[in-house]
Amino acid sequence: MLEIRNLHVAIEDGTKKILNGLNLTIRDGEVAAIMGPNGSGKSTLSYVIAGKEDYEVLEGEILLDGKNLLEMEPDERAAAGVFLAFQYPLEIPGVATMTFLKAALNAQRKGRGEDELTTPDFMRRVKAGAEKLGIPQDMLKRGLNVGFSGGEKKRMEILQMALLEPSIGILDETDSGLDIDALKIVSEGVNALRSAKRSFLVITHYQRLLSSKPMAMPTI
Amino acid sequence: MVAVKETVEQVKQLDVDQYKYGFTTDLEVDKAPKGLNEEIVRFISAKKGEPQWMLDWRLDAYRRWKTMDEPQWARVHYPKIDFNDSYYYAAPKKNAAPKTLDDVDPAILDTYKKLGIPLREQEILAGVQTSKVAVDAVFDSVSVVTTFKEELKKAGVIFCSISEAIKDHPELVKKYLGSVVPVTDNYYATLNCAVFTDGSFVYIPEGVRCPMELSTYFRINEKNTGQFERTLIIAEKGSYVSYLEGCTAPQRDENQLHAAVVELVALDDAEIKYSTVQNWYPGDADGKGGIYNFVTKRGDCRGANSKISWTQVETGSAITWKYPSCILRGDNSRGEFYSIAVSNGYQQVDSGTKMIHLGKNTTSRIISKGISAGKSQNTYRGQVSAHRKATNARNFTNCDSLLIGETCGAHTVPYLESKNASAVFEHEATTSKISEDQLFYCRQRGLSAEEATALIVNGFVKDVLQQLPMEFAVEAQKLISISLEGSVG
Repeated sequence: MLEIRNLHVAIEDGTKKILNGLNLTIRDGEVAAIMGPNGSGKSTLSYVIAGKEDYEVLEGEILLDGKNLLEMEPDERAAAGVFLAFQYPLEIPGVATMTFLKAALNAQRKGRGEDELTTPDFMRRVKAGAEKLGIPQDMLKRGLNVGFSGGEKKRMEILQMALLEPSIGILDETDSGLDIDALKIVSEGVNALRSAKRSFLVITHYQRLLSSKPMAMPTI
Repeated sequence: MVAVKETVEQVKQLDVDQYKYGFTTDLEVDKAPKGLNEEIVRFISAKKGEPQWMLDWRLDAYRRWKTMDEPQWARVHYPKIDFNDSYYYAAPKKNAAPKTLDDVDPAILDTYKKLGIPLREQEILAGVQTSKVAVDAVFDSVSVVTTFKEELKKAGVIFCSISEAIKDHPELVKKYLGSVVPVTDNYYATLNCAVFTDGSFVYIPEGVRCPMELSTYFRINEKNTGQFERTLIIAEKGSYVSYLEGCTAPQRDENQLHAAVVELVALDDAEIKYSTVQNWYPGDADGKGGIYNFVTKRGDCRGANSKISWTQVETGSAITWKYPSCILRGDNSRGEFYSIAVSNGYQQVDSGTKMIHLGKNTTSRIISKGISAGKSQNTYRGQVSAHRKATNARNFTNCDSLLIGETCGAHTVPYLESKNASAVFEHEATTSKISEDQLFYCRQRGLSAEEATALIVNGFVKDVLQQLPMEFAVEAQKLISISLEGSVG
């Protein structure tokens, strides 16, 4: 369960306030959607939950399953179960996608005091996940997100989420910039991850991501 | 990934600006008087028991050097060096002429043990290393021991100190010494000719594939002492050798001078692979102390179809001034240069290569990766030229710089010159920065800041690390992360 209480946030120099006393509770298995115009603070909220440094929390608290996220480093929050699907996923040249996935997964397992996954186990999971999302094997050998199309990057975010099995998945405009086929694959991927234990915070301009059958685009 | 994790763990155990090899060894030493003059040159030559021709060669070089000026074109800044304030010869006293390991001062053996360099052959054989490596250990001004000599001799390979080579193989030394880097080449090379004290000599006879990796391990120990080593490697027709060199020095407040010359000669169809892991003391966090590393390294692909490949991992030294180069004289010869230069703190690196295409159908490849952090400045300087007779010369250059933080600099200075219309040169360069956003992205996925940096840096240098022999690659990867310790967060 994610609880946000009376959250006030400014950008780091403290002059411009972006969030003014936000309250939000998302119970296990629930999906919350945040919609609103550009510049209203939607992405800010996602970054503050994940722990990006450029923001100053003036007041309030964010609890995940009772744990205070604001006291944790970004990597500790990730291990605690926070996953943010970025609106613009970053490129990491020279680091093969597969290498990155394994490093991330094992770092989180280590953070939770669990054993590392064996390589065959890991490979099986990645392969299964990639297949569902229509990600070809050779893409996993390329540098993470390097030269990927917008749609491929978004699919890669969903693959990461599937592997890391977070307790809260934050989707920051994951449905923007996708064509109708990519949108279908991504929304199926997200819907497959819905469970009684996992909650979602979806930032979007549309109502289509969580319906398995996306609306047909109007022809102009 | 295993190496990345090891790296991270190793980094965690270290304090900032702690240099692992900074200890000193207490020894009785035999030193030349301080300063530099003809008497010192004679002193060094006499100490080495050199023949007259060698002394004359040195004196010529010294007189020449007196008329030369220090080069100013590199992008490095340092106070004027007082060449009279250094010692030019320092040798462990008990080490007059050790015949076997048992004659070597145990304190020296201990030093190498601490550095992780096994010198006792049985230790190497009993060790976990799967491949055998023959080692020449140079301590200050002298070579203290060379291992596996007998076994190499069976294959016809000569691997010994240059001092021994001058005495035992004068015909080879006379023929090749100074034939790649002429006595008058440049200020530091000429100085080296006058006062070089030791180094390694390798001769691979025709058609022989050297049965093991050869390596030299250089250690500067004495205070105020310059190290001037000289290495000469000759690969006869159709032979092959892979040679590694490593360097460390104690932590000292003063700057110490290191001016080496390395010459490689590859005859028809021969191949030389030369790898360096340079980890001289870089100075402390405030930029105090450290080695001034002014090195001239050049290989001559003298024969047709010959190949010389340089791989370097440069993490140490306060100043690095180094351009391992290839003269592609033989038709169809090939030169390669793979480099990782890491600078942190106040280090200054001006390094690169020269590929001089003289023969027909010669090819060269340059892959340079510069990583700057802290307040360091990192310059790639490279020259590629094609002579008018170098028909179909080909070069590919890829030069990438990675910046960590806001206060460092990366510079790329390529010189390209073609006098033959059929030559094709390609130059690619990129400059990137480990951005806060990249780090945040990695951390959001569960990696710590150090793990994320190690991952990104390893990705950046991967192409070059692959060129190093296995055991060295793992070492080098660790070294790079240690050098960048404290550069994030």
